[in-house]
Amino acid sequence: MAGEPSGADKNRRDFLYIATGAMATAGTAVALWPFIHQMNPAADVLALASIEVDLSGVPVGQAITVRWRGKPVFIRHRTPDEIAEAQKVDVGTLRDPQADSARVQKPEWLVMVGVCTHLGCIPLGQKDTDPHGEFDGWFCPCHGSQYDSSGRIRKGPAPQNLEVPQYAFIDANRIRIG
Amino acid sequence: MSGSTQPSGGPTKGVLGWIEFRLPIFSFLNSSVGYAYPAPKNLSYWWNFGSLAGVALVIQILTGIVLAMHYIPTAAEAFGSVERIMRDVNYGWLLRYMHANGASMFFAVVYLHIFRGLYYGSYKYPRELLWWIGLVIFILMIATAFMGYVLPWGQMSFWAATVITNLFSAIPLVGTAIVTWFWGDFSVGDALLRRLFSLHYLLPFVIAAMAIIHLWALHQHKSNNPLGIDMKGPQDQLSFHPYYTAKDLFGLGIYLIIFAALVFYVPNSLSEPVNYVPANPLQTPPHIVPEWYLLPFYAILRAVPDKLGGVIAMAGALVVLFAVPWLDTSKVRSARFRPIFKWLFWVFVVDAIVLGIVGAHPPGGAYVPIGQIATAYYFLHFLVLMPVIGKLESPLPLPDSIATAVLAKGKR
Ligand code: HEM
Ligand code: FES
Repeated sequence: MAGEPSGADKNRRDFLYIATGAMATAGTAVALWPFIHQMNPAADVLALASIEVDLSGVPVGQAITVRWRGKPVFIRHRTPDEIAEAQKVDVGTLRDPQADSARVQKPEWLVMVGVCTHLGCIPLGQKDTDPHGEFDGWFCPCHGSQYDSSGRIRKGPAPQNLEVPQYAFIDANRIRIG
Repeated sequence: MSGSTQPSGGPTKGVLGWIEFRLPIFSFLNSSVGYAYPAPKNLSYWWNFGSLAGVALVIQILTGIVLAMHYIPTAAEAFGSVERIMRDVNYGWLLRYMHANGASMFFAVVYLHIFRGLYYGSYKYPRELLWWIGLVIFILMIATAFMGYVLPWGQMSFWAATVITNLFSAIPLVGTAIVTWFWGDFSVGDALLRRLFSLHYLLPFVIAAMAIIHLWALHQHKSNNPLGIDMKGPQDQLSFHPYYTAKDLFGLGIYLIIFAALVFYVPNSLSEPVNYVPANPLQTPPHIVPEWYLLPFYAILRAVPDKLGGVIAMAGALVVLFAVPWLDTSKVRSARFRPIFKWLFWVFVVDAIVLGIVGAHPPGGAYVPIGQIATAYYFLHFLVLMPVIGKLESPLPLPDSIATAVLAKGKR
């Protein structure tokens, strides 16, 4: 090497280094994106992301579990008692304050994702013989979270209410989830 | 880019110094690809293809790993899973086109790399083992590419798998047993597909390991150069960094432009459309051919009108390359100073291209005798011309040193 470059020559070199480095970094970042994005849900997975459910076979006081995006969705035909209990709770005392009316479209049908908001277990309470916790709702066997008859978190480590998915009534007896 | 590493040795202070004291990785890098690795000062662009082959291998491994996240290796679902990659997986089309065209690019640079070695006598003393390791890499590449081609389970995949595995049935006595063993069945099907997928995932890592050994051997005696004479001292050398890192990066830029042009504008130009038809074990396509990079070997296979003979000729075409360091009897490395061999080299290049063209056409008409003559010449070149010309030819005078030759060229 013929000595270190000096003055203007040095600035010019620094500029070239930085410009080259910046281009290479930007190029690599752009090239990296397809390698990352390929792991996101593919078009066919997204296309399967909505389902229809017939509710006509679910008597009052019973619940069914359907699979949506690989997760269980709890659909409960609530009794008048359960509805009244859910509505009379003072929202201000809740950990994740939400009125029952904000969680249902028709009070007798409660539709929610049956995944505990703590660490992802599936709470018990779909069957009559299951434990329902102290609030007439669901009880998570993993770490003891308790949800009420509106699926709201009342006790235990979970931070949030059970999630209500997007759904719509297609007619009186059928809903589309997703 | 400047500063932190001394021209010799590694850092002694700070966090880097702390690491270096325990794991001398910085001095290792410095002496491998840094200021402390000397390269001949006269290397031409023909010396870019080694690093490009390394990049091509990395691209194949990266795209391959993500494709394997979506691919399903069963006869029932393989074809569909590849179509799903093309249509539904985010950027799946890009990743697959990169992998398929990346294989072509890999072979292209490795062929140029090998022909460079043949022209400049890079295989000669003391680089014979380096040459051998390179050939092992090449053979592993052929195996890997073949196995990868089977995976989409299209018509070409299926019938290539059938034909290639059946090559081994030419082996006397045990041939059929070996083929059944390959297949794990009595025909090409699920069992074969799954084992090929397993091996297709494995072999590139074996290639990567071989490439490291290849570089280890390279660094023992350093690069050859267009003059084919040894470096005698600092006046003949440049440090690898920044001179050849910069040159290799420039070459990489050109390589990526060509690669992108293939992938984005003509992604199917090098592949057979019939492979977009799902495998049908009951019907062979009218004309089956391998990918372009295997055509010359395919031509050699077909040139011999005998089952076992054809297989032996094709294997021999590879095996003979291992003997090249001893078949070439000339003391002079670079063809630049070998007036006769220089022309024979180019005749050989033409011969290889002719074999490629013959391999691409159905075996009929003039292609048959042309293929046979070209095959004969392939072996004639290595087995007869190389040893004989090496003795007969009187080479031009070699320059005293790399430095004097470079300076003389500078003056002109
Ligand atoms: C994965 C495949 C390969 C990789 C990554 C690779 C890498 C490299 C690199 C980086 C160099 C130094 C730079 C250069 O001279 O271009 C080199 C040198 C060399 N390679 Fe390879 N190579 C591969 C395959 C092959 C094959 C198939 C052969 C031939 C049979 C071969 C024969 C040689 C020889 C003889 C040298 C020394 C050349 C000289 O200094 O003149 N390589 N290789
Ligand atoms: S996962 Fe339900 S309580 Fe922990």
